[in-house]
Amino acid sequence: MSVALHMPVLQVVVPLLSAPLAILARRGSLPFMFATAAAWCAFAMSIALWLEVQHGAVLSYFIGSWPAPWGIEYRVDRLSAFFLLLVSGMAAVVLPYSRRSIEAEIPREQHYLFYALFSLCLAGLLGITVTADAFNIFVFLEIASLATYVLIALGRDRRALVASYQYLVMGTIGATFFVIGVGLLYLMTGTLNLPDMAERLAAERHTRPVLAALAFITVGLSLKLALFPLHQWLPNAYTYAPSAVTAFLAGTATKVSLYVLVRFYYSVFGESLVFRYLPFPEILLLLSLAAMFVASGIAIFQRDFKKLLAWSSIGQIGYITLGLSFDTITGLTASLVHLFNHAVTKCGLFLLLGGAVIVAGGSTLERLAGLGRTMPLTSFGIVVGGLGLIGVPGTAGFISKWYLVLAALERGEWWLVFAVLLSSLLAVAYVWRFVEMAYFRAPPPGTPLRREAPAALLIPAWLMIAASVYLGLDTSITVGSASGAAEMLIGVKK
Amino acid sequence: MNGADHLLSGLVLPVVGAAGVAVCRYLPNLREGVSLLSAGALFFCVASLVPSVLDGARPGLELLEVMPGLQIAFRVEPLGMLFALVASGLWIVSSLYSIGYMRANGEAHQTRFYVCFALALAATIGIAFSANAFTLFIFYEALTLVTYPLVTHHGTDGARNGGRIYLAVLIGTSVVFLLPALVFTWHTTGTTDFRAGGILAGKLDPVPMAALLALYMFGIGKAALMPFHRWLPAAMVAPAPVSALLHAVAVVKAGVFSVVKVVVYLFGTEALGNGVPTDWLIAISGFTILAASVVALNADNLKRRLAYSTISQLSYVVLAVAVLAPLSMIGAVLHIAAHALGKITLFFAAGAIYTASHKTEVSELDGIGRRMPWTMGAFAIGALSLIGIPPAAGFFSKWYMVQGAAASESWVALAVLATSTLLNAAYFLPVIYSAFFRAERVAPRHDHGEAPAASVAALVITAAATLALPFAGGIPLELARAVWGGS
Repeated sequence: MSVALHMPVLQVVVPLLSAPLAILARRGSLPFMFATAAAWCAFAMSIALWLEVQHGAVLSYFIGSWPAPWGIEYRVDRLSAFFLLLVSGMAAVVLPYSRRSIEAEIPREQHYLFYALFSLCLAGLLGITVTADAFNIFVFLEIASLATYVLIALGRDRRALVASYQYLVMGTIGATFFVIGVGLLYLMTGTLNLPDMAERLAAERHTRPVLAALAFITVGLSLKLALFPLHQWLPNAYTYAPSAVTAFLAGTATKVSLYVLVRFYYSVFGESLVFRYLPFPEILLLLSLAAMFVASGIAIFQRDFKKLLAWSSIGQIGYITLGLSFDTITGLTASLVHLFNHAVTKCGLFLLLGGAVIVAGGSTLERLAGLGRTMPLTSFGIVVGGLGLIGVPGTAGFISKWYLVLAALERGEWWLVFAVLLSSLLAVAYVWRFVEMAYFRAPPPGTPLRREAPAALLIPAWLMIAASVYLGLDTSITVGSASGAAEMLIGVKK
Repeated sequence: MNGADHLLSGLVLPVVGAAGVAVCRYLPNLREGVSLLSAGALFFCVASLVPSVLDGARPGLELLEVMPGLQIAFRVEPLGMLFALVASGLWIVSSLYSIGYMRANGEAHQTRFYVCFALALAATIGIAFSANAFTLFIFYEALTLVTYPLVTHHGTDGARNGGRIYLAVLIGTSVVFLLPALVFTWHTTGTTDFRAGGILAGKLDPVPMAALLALYMFGIGKAALMPFHRWLPAAMVAPAPVSALLHAVAVVKAGVFSVVKVVVYLFGTEALGNGVPTDWLIAISGFTILAASVVALNADNLKRRLAYSTISQLSYVVLAVAVLAPLSMIGAVLHIAAHALGKITLFFAAGAIYTASHKTEVSELDGIGRRMPWTMGAFAIGALSLIGIPPAAGFFSKWYMVQGAAASESWVALAVLATSTLLNAAYFLPVIYSAFFRAERVAPRHDHGEAPAASVAALVITAAATLALPFAGGIPLELARAVWGGS
């Protein structure tokens, strides 16, 4: 048997193995190399898998060759391949960045722990995406989450400990809710395999335990994906975690939770139950709108730029769930496209900010005064990324906005069109707080004239920013995959 | 080289120029040389397209497909040809002017200034040649963003606040009105191409059509239709060359150009004439013309007066378009060129006055004509053109507008045109009179003559062009007619 056949499982196993290797190696740059090599391997495999499923193929892999309903099945279709690409791509860029970045943020003797945990987190996130087994999802969710709690706690600021603890409490509640939901579903169907479960559910879709399961899973995952108003853990976690961790989490953790939600809604419960029998569209719509306006509004008034970006993330998640609430192909496409675009843009922004924090010694806006003069490349990159958050044409954010507006128009809801666009003006306000601080204020007295971030930080960060511009000009990857996945999930209706 | 190559080089040249300026940042003379050279090359490149376009050729170019069915594509048609010709031609003159102005005033960050200037021109050419509304929108937004550093060039609190208003109004209108209009057009017709006769004809009922028209008209904030005009006076915190080329020519003309383009090639004049309510547009543009003129009349700051005059002149174009008569359309197109030449002369003059004497208020200008005869002479020519006195260019565009309004019996439009001519005279003639015929009241801080030679040369050239335009082989008129000759 060739290696290619095992790619779905290797995708998870390679990073999973690099974690103990990093611990064993401990000293020197070996842990870094193991983690990076594993991430790059995963990325290469996810590209191969993504290419393979482009034309609608679904790859099934049975662990230990146990057939599906009894053994654990790994399943790659257009939706999961899209997320594999996103998650492993993020890791492939963030890991090289992290080497220089954690030197300034984490004591040397803990570096190997960082790489081990990062690999675990990556393995967990990839596992969630690739598995078709409900309980397996929970296991990987916990692996990823536990790794994340520690990664956040590694932050230099002591407040990182509180932030991590907060996230631990909320995250555990979320995971528990999720596993309760899965338990109820198991009770009703006697299976954990998702396709099998969907089949067996068809008969008893409207029974109370199934509805309860849906509620538990929705709330549990909403906690993990920081859907307003279950977002309280996010701002502090993002703000006080090490820069590389923030960048990676912003691009992956919440996104993968959304993947699970989409998976359960469309592939398990079925859209007729979620979107027509129950008032989920209305609830999602309302919460999304609240996120778009309230969280973006709060972002404007932040004094810390990292926190500002974190609040902006909560607002942007609102756009993603808004697209989901439409339950149309265009809406789901918009949601997935925005998820990808925003992940890339926000990751690039956090990476750039990480460099600025090391040089300027803090992420408050005051500290970033005059950044346009002292760190022109970093500063300009943040502006370009910021334009992406606003959705200026030529950036990835514009594509998302276009599809969201189109989806709202398809439903003939003009008020939603204006709501989406008005809320995007809030992004102008918070991005411009940085612009004015960086270009209109003199640098704090006593700072050297030029002090650009090291190339080891700038190159990965700019790679992400460049990707966010590229995705605004060539959308064959994002829109192509997303609309393919949406059509697969919803089915072409005529 | 064929037409498509010329088109592509027209888009690329300013960007290359910007890069060249950045490379030569430590050698100011070479840097300004690069600016002038790229301006000249661009003009040459654009002008070389004129003969073939007049012959009916429509060179096109498809750059890339951003989303399925939505391309960044370019196509040269007469209207865009004229706009590109005006913008690139005046870029040469204003580069010349900038050299004198920026050096004499000891401005900082001159490299950034010239880089952004060149990029603004690239965006303008992109707007002029765009083959569909999607491409136009992309470059429209790009133009807003690259001109922002120019507006806030001085980096003071005043500049920052001006920049805020500039962005808030321009981005706000384009995002909240223009973008949904564009998506809706795409949703309804499956295309955003500019086509002769329009793409929306027969696709919408009159009332939704009028609503869509309103979204476009207010969405194109660069046309400064009231109440979305505040950005233009706010942009006056910029150095004079920016106000002259961008806020009298490139940016504002991009606005009215887009208005004409949308009405003619998306809606189609015939489709709009078929019972679609457009009286409101005549009313709003008419109101803008008169109200802005009244504000200009009371403005003592010279640049502010010019800015409000621009707002009112832009609405002439919108008004002429709203009348929907062929002759008034020709007037609208001609006015884009005529007002550009006249207003850039006036802004050049205002900048020259500031450079030489540091005077900014109209009330300080008594007798200045004797110290700066060339500058004030050019100012007089520009002002007369805008009032509409023959043989200056402004007369001819107004003539077509009046004829068009009369032909379609739009008495409101005629009344507005007549009243506003009087108002124009009322706010320009006193300036000219007191400059030449009154004794100096406020003694200048130091004895001064004309501004630097480069600046004076520039404004003399544009003033001469204002007079020469009607006789320039009729190219503008031919292009304007070709817009209606079907493309």
